[in-house]
Amino acid sequence: MQESSSFFDEMLVPGDENPREPYRNYSKWIKQEDPAALKRKASEAETFFRRTGITFNVYGDDQATERLIPFDIVPRIVSAREWAKLSRGIEQRVRAINAFLHDIYHRQEIVRAGRLPARLIAENEAFLPQMIGVSPPGGVYTHIVGVDLVRTGPEEFYVLEDNARTPSGVSYMLENRETMLQMFPELFSANKVVAVSGYPQNLRRSLAASSPGKHEGNPVIAVLTPGIHNSAYFEHSFLADQMGTELVEGHDLKLVDGRIAMRTAQGYKPIDVLYRRVDDEFLDPLNFHPDSLLGVPGIMDVYRAGNITLANAPGTGIADDKAIYSYMPDIVEFYTGEKALLQNVPTWRCSEAESLSYVQDHLAELVVKEVHGSGGYGMLVGPAASKKELSKFSAKLAENPSNYIAQPTLALSTVPILTRKGLAPRHVDLRPFVLVSPQGIKITPGGLTRVALKEGSLVVNSSQGGGTKDTWVLEE
Amino acid sequence: MLGKTAGGLFWMFRYLERSENTARLIEAGFRMALTRSAVGADEWKSIVTAAGVRSEFEARYSAYETQDVIDFLLRDPDNSSSVKSSVEAARINARLVRIALTREVWEATNECWMTLTKVLAEPIPERDLPAVLGTIRQQSALVRGALHGTMLRNDIYDFARIGTFIERGDSTARILDVKYYVLLPSISYVGSSLDNVQWETILRSVSAHRSYRWLNGGEITPKGIANFLILDRRMPRSLAFCAAKLAGNLAYLADDYGERHSCHELAEHLRERLRNNTIDMILEDGLHEFVQGFIRDNIAIGNEIERNYRFTG
Repeated sequence: MQESSSFFDEMLVPGDENPREPYRNYSKWIKQEDPAALKRKASEAETFFRRTGITFNVYGDDQATERLIPFDIVPRIVSAREWAKLSRGIEQRVRAINAFLHDIYHRQEIVRAGRLPARLIAENEAFLPQMIGVSPPGGVYTHIVGVDLVRTGPEEFYVLEDNARTPSGVSYMLENRETMLQMFPELFSANKVVAVSGYPQNLRRSLAASSPGKHEGNPVIAVLTPGIHNSAYFEHSFLADQMGTELVEGHDLKLVDGRIAMRTAQGYKPIDVLYRRVDDEFLDPLNFHPDSLLGVPGIMDVYRAGNITLANAPGTGIADDKAIYSYMPDIVEFYTGEKALLQNVPTWRCSEAESLSYVQDHLAELVVKEVHGSGGYGMLVGPAASKKELSKFSAKLAENPSNYIAQPTLALSTVPILTRKGLAPRHVDLRPFVLVSPQGIKITPGGLTRVALKEGSLVVNSSQGGGTKDTWVLEE
Repeated sequence: MLGKTAGGLFWMFRYLERSENTARLIEAGFRMALTRSAVGADEWKSIVTAAGVRSEFEARYSAYETQDVIDFLLRDPDNSSSVKSSVEAARINARLVRIALTREVWEATNECWMTLTKVLAEPIPERDLPAVLGTIRQQSALVRGALHGTMLRNDIYDFARIGTFIERGDSTARILDVKYYVLLPSISYVGSSLDNVQWETILRSVSAHRSYRWLNGGEITPKGIANFLILDRRMPRSLAFCAAKLAGNLAYLADDYGERHSCHELAEHLRERLRNNTIDMILEDGLHEFVQGFIRDNIAIGNEIERNYRFTG
C-alpha cells in the first residue's frame, strides 16, 4: 500500500504495522483474501447496482443518461466512541438550525441581539418572505438534514456544509450496506456493525409525527419527485417504496376543498404530509416560479393554512446558505447556550473588503465556493488550479465578491480504496442523515461516505468523479 | 393507487406483450421466407400490416426485403412497435411505477431491457436470428414468471393483466384481419399447398401451430383455425380468452374498489358476444366485419379504462 504522510489516514498509522483500532478485524480479513477474488467481487458489485437500477441521471448527457456511482468495497469504519462524540455535535447543530429557522421567520431575536447582520437575511435569496410568521406543524422545519463532515486528524472533525433543504444520498447509504451484506456476509459476523436499515421506517414515523393532524387514523404521506428524469429519481422511488407511500409528481396533485389531493384510480385523496424532493422555487407556480410544471398551484396557501406538512419546510435554505455558514458557531451558541461541539471550517466572507483582499492574495491556497452553489460546480480548488484558472477565477471574484466565500484547503482524511494495484488512500467526507420530528432527533449511525477516486483529488461529488463506500459504526 | 401508476402498469404490460407479439410475427415471417421464397414479399407485407406499422415501413423502404423487415420490426428506434422500442417503453413505464412492482419484477424488466439493448445494438445477421428471437422469448418469460410468482393479487396485478389482454386481443385480431381472406370458406383454392403454408403462418404467428394440431388431430381447416383463434377459450391468445380475462380482471377491480364504470359494461358485453357465438354465425355475418368490430370495441374499452381510472387526468 502506498503511504501518504501529509494526510491523516483513518485505517493505517504511518510506520506502524497495526492498523487503527476500528480496522483491526477488517485488516486481518483483507490480508487473507485473494486479491484477484477481491477484484472479482468489486465488479460483481457493479453488476448488482446496475441490475437493481441504482443509477443517477446526468444532465445534458443524452447517450448515457443513467450512470452508476462507483462503489468501493473497502468500508469506512468508525468506532463507537468516535460516533458518540460526533452524533452529540450533530444533534446540537440540528437543534440550533431549527431554532434559528423559527426565529428568522418570526421575531429575529438573533438579529436584534446583534449576533447576525440584518442584511444577511434581508438580502439573502434563500430567505423566503412567504414563510414569515408561519409555524410549521410540530415546529419542525428541517425533517431531514444531511450534515457534511470532514476529518483532518484523530479528533478533528469539521462541518463543511449543513444540507437543510433536500439532502440526497440516503438511498446509497442503504444500498451500499445491502450490497456489502450480500457480498461479504462473513465480515458482519466478525465485526459488530450497527444496522442502518431502520432508516425508511424511522423516516416514515418521523414524517407521520409531523402531520398537521387533520386526519383520522394514519396520516397519508407521499413523496413528491420532479420525475423520472431527475438525477435523484432512483432515490425518490426507493424511499417511497421503502416507506410504503405513493410517489407523486406535480401533475398528480391538485387543490381539492382546501387540501392538496392526489389523483388515484378511485378519485382524489388528500395528503397530510408531503416529503417533497422539489426545490422551493418550483414548489408552487402561483407563489414562486410561475413557469414551474413540477409543483402544485396553491400548495403554499394550503401550507400556510396548516392543512399540509411540507418536509422540509420551504425557506430552510437560509440555514445552509454559505454566507450564513460562517456564523454557525454563534448561531449554535445563541440558541443552545452551549459552545458548538463541532467545528466550523474557518471562512472568509468575500463580501467583506478585508477578507476579499486576503482571498485574492492567497487564492492558490484556498478553496473558493459560490454562496448558493452546490454539487461541486463553480468552485475553485486553489492548490489544484492552473495559473490560468486562478487568474480567470480572480476576475470573477472581483466582479461579484459577495457571491463567494473562501476556506483553507483542508487536509481531508483518507481511507483506502481497492485499486488495480491494491489498496491506496483516497480522500473522503461523510454525510450523516438526521431525522427531526416533534418527538426528537434521530441520527442514523454512520451515513454516506463519499470518496474522491482520483489520486490526490479532494472533490468527492459524484458529478465530479466521486464514489461511495459503506460506512460502519461499530458497536461498543 | 395513483391514476398515473395504474396507467403506467397498464402500458408497461402492453409494451411487454407487444414486444413478444412482434417477435412472434418475425419468427412466423422468417420461417415462411425460408421455406417459400416465392411468396416472401407478400408474406412480409402482411406481417408488417399485422404489426400495425405498414405506413411507417413503406415511408422508409420501397420493397419488402427480408433483412429490412426484420431490422425494422426488431430494432428500428423510429418504429414504436419494434421489439427494441417496446422493451424500452416498457422499462420507462416500469421505472415510473417502480414502487408498485416487486424487486423481482423490476429487476427482470431491467435485465430484459439491458440484455436486449445489448443484443439489438447491431443489425442481426440471418444466422443469428433464431438465437436472438430465443433470447427475446426467454427474457419476456422471466418478467412474466416474476409477475406471477411474486406479485400480490391486488389492483396492481389487475392493471398489469388488463394491459396484457387489451394488447394481446388487439394483436390476434390484427393477424386475423390481415389474413381473413385465407380463412374464408368460399376461397377457390382451398386445400392447395399455398393455403397450407398460409394457415401455418397464421398459427405460428400466435405460437399455436402445435397446440392446434394437438387439439384437432392434425386436421387443419380454415374454419377450424378461425374457430381456434376467435372462440376457443382454451387457447390463451384467442379473442374469447382475452375478452374473458379482460372482463374478469376488470370485475376484480370493481369488487376491490366497490365501484363499477362504463368500461365494465363494455367489457362484459364483448365477452358475452364471443361466448354466445359460433364460428358458422361469424362466417355468415362476415369474418372481416366481425374482426373489425372486435378491434374497435377493444380500443374503446381501453379508452374507457384510461378515463374511468384516471390514468392522465
